[in-house]
Amino acid sequence: MTILRLAVRNLLGGGMKSWLNAVVLSIAFVAIIWTQGLYQGMDNQVSRAIIDAAVGGGQYWMETYDPFDPFTLQDAHLKLTGKLDKLVKSGKATPVLIIQGTIYPGGRIQSVILKGIDPEQKLLSFPSSFLKNLDREIPALIGRRMAQTTGLKTGDAVTVRWRDAHGTFDARDLRIVQVMSTSVQTIDAGQIWVPLRKLQEMASMPNEATLVITEKNFGQAEKVPGWTFRDLNFLLKDIQDFIKSKTIGASIFYSFLLFLAMLAIFNTQVLSIFRRRKEIGTLMALGLPRGKVIELFTVEGALQAILAALVGAVYGIPLLAYFVAKGWPVPSGMADSFGFALSEKLFPTYSAGLVVGTTILVLIITTIVSFLPTRKIAKLKPTDALRGRLP
Amino acid sequence: MENSVLIKTVELVKVYPMGRQSIVALNRVSLTFRKGEFAGIVGPSGSGKTTLLNIIGSLDVPTEGSAEVLGEKVENLSPKRAAELRNRHIGFIFQTFNLLPVYTVYENVEFPLLLQGMSSAERKKAVMDSLEWVHLADRAKSKPHQLSGGESQRVAIARAVVKRPEIILADEPTANLDAENSHHILHTMEDLNRELRITFVFSTHDYKVMQHLRRKISLVDGKVAKEEIIETQPREERL
Repeated sequence: MTILRLAVRNLLGGGMKSWLNAVVLSIAFVAIIWTQGLYQGMDNQVSRAIIDAAVGGGQYWMETYDPFDPFTLQDAHLKLTGKLDKLVKSGKATPVLIIQGTIYPGGRIQSVILKGIDPEQKLLSFPSSFLKNLDREIPALIGRRMAQTTGLKTGDAVTVRWRDAHGTFDARDLRIVQVMSTSVQTIDAGQIWVPLRKLQEMASMPNEATLVITEKNFGQAEKVPGWTFRDLNFLLKDIQDFIKSKTIGASIFYSFLLFLAMLAIFNTQVLSIFRRRKEIGTLMALGLPRGKVIELFTVEGALQAILAALVGAVYGIPLLAYFVAKGWPVPSGMADSFGFALSEKLFPTYSAGLVVGTTILVLIITTIVSFLPTRKIAKLKPTDALRGRLP
Repeated sequence: MENSVLIKTVELVKVYPMGRQSIVALNRVSLTFRKGEFAGIVGPSGSGKTTLLNIIGSLDVPTEGSAEVLGEKVENLSPKRAAELRNRHIGFIFQTFNLLPVYTVYENVEFPLLLQGMSSAERKKAVMDSLEWVHLADRAKSKPHQLSGGESQRVAIARAVVKRPEIILADEPTANLDAENSHHILHTMEDLNRELRITFVFSTHDYKVMQHLRRKISLVDGKVAKEEIIETQPREERL
């Protein structure tokens, strides 16, 4: 208790030096929490967007379907029967048929994935209702990225060629009814969405699907012969791994920040012990045992971190709250270059675990860093200290 | 108890290694100091005065011989016990005052009592009494950098006295003070010696201090060259 009181006195008595150190360390505190919160928010935001727009509560995949192997698409379709048919009819799932095709925008040739979805589906926040328009032409929906790569825009017609279930090639014109703006690349890049029934008819695959998307919070999936259930852990694994790899990058950045802050603390402690060696001698002469002197300097360092946390809280809480409320606008050009699509604004998430964890981590590291230089004191004789000498 | 021996050194030797050579700072010094003494160790620089005071104050240990302070052999004390002895029984006054720079005058004087775990009320009374002794009660909230040299040394005296130690060791206490302040300081210490029966041991080569001593031990090259008991003169004559 006495050591704590003395350490508080020394810290507050340090004046400008203590405050400067606290401000430097607080910047590291706030930057670490801000960056980690941004990545946590990004993870949540991206996962939520993918769940809402593409994967729902999990998907039944036709057994041979492999999204990374286009050759499997030829045979990856099966009739909806039994349990799956019931799920679809009860509105708890929506089927998607996927076939390969080729389009010819502006005289060029380009491979695409044709996806058929029920225009009436309500499970996904996906603008499938634009596909309700069933005149003579086939309505088609594409994403912003697809529109950019093909040069297509709303109202354009494009010829599509595909191979049906019997191996016969056919071709028709599609009319782009809407270019949707989405941050989810898995429903955008290289894909054209058309009404499910129309695609089933074009491919001669009546009532067939490649996958069936279930509603959000879909419970325990039952086994369905010919189909494999893919849960969210499986469906989001790639994106979460990717975010994790980005988070590791951020961790390097924040480790560097932390290193700089710790260097400042270490330097301050070394200087402090050098500058205060006569004071150390006086403390010993007045009866403070050497171990307690070490404790005093270590506690002083730890208190420095607590002061930094308080200083950080003063400007950090309003700053972080602002970003939580208003979001952080992703600089133009960065949204797509990040490796996965980001929405225009990122909303950071600051969990209690993140804030408390970071604070404790910085406190522990600061205490260790504060302790290291004090080992010099252990070798210091009171008489040498009083003369201003160091071992 | 009145004239009991508080400090006894027997054949005290202190050798400092200096590279391949060594320096003998104390060479078989045998001395005793009794309760209530106002004694000084005098001699030129490098004669071993401070070394002797450091050993008596348990800040250092002898190379050979023995130093017994308040019944405890300094050479056998653990660092913790030595710190306790200094905290409870020995006060130090240094040439450069050695006040803790970030503390106020009050906090500087309070420091030894904090280590003793004394209650807040007791501490306050003891600190203010000590500051009254040195006529600095009105400067309790000042920081050391706001004090003159004389005032700083008076704070150091208050800090040494506050715990009512048996012994006060003063290492060149007037070396950084002018004549007027030196006399003030010495009068204060004389008063404390007389009224509280605190034993004072000085190390000095300052003539002003020597005028006040009642016992003078001359050290030359680490050896006791001469010891004299001095008849005290009235204060006004010394001035």
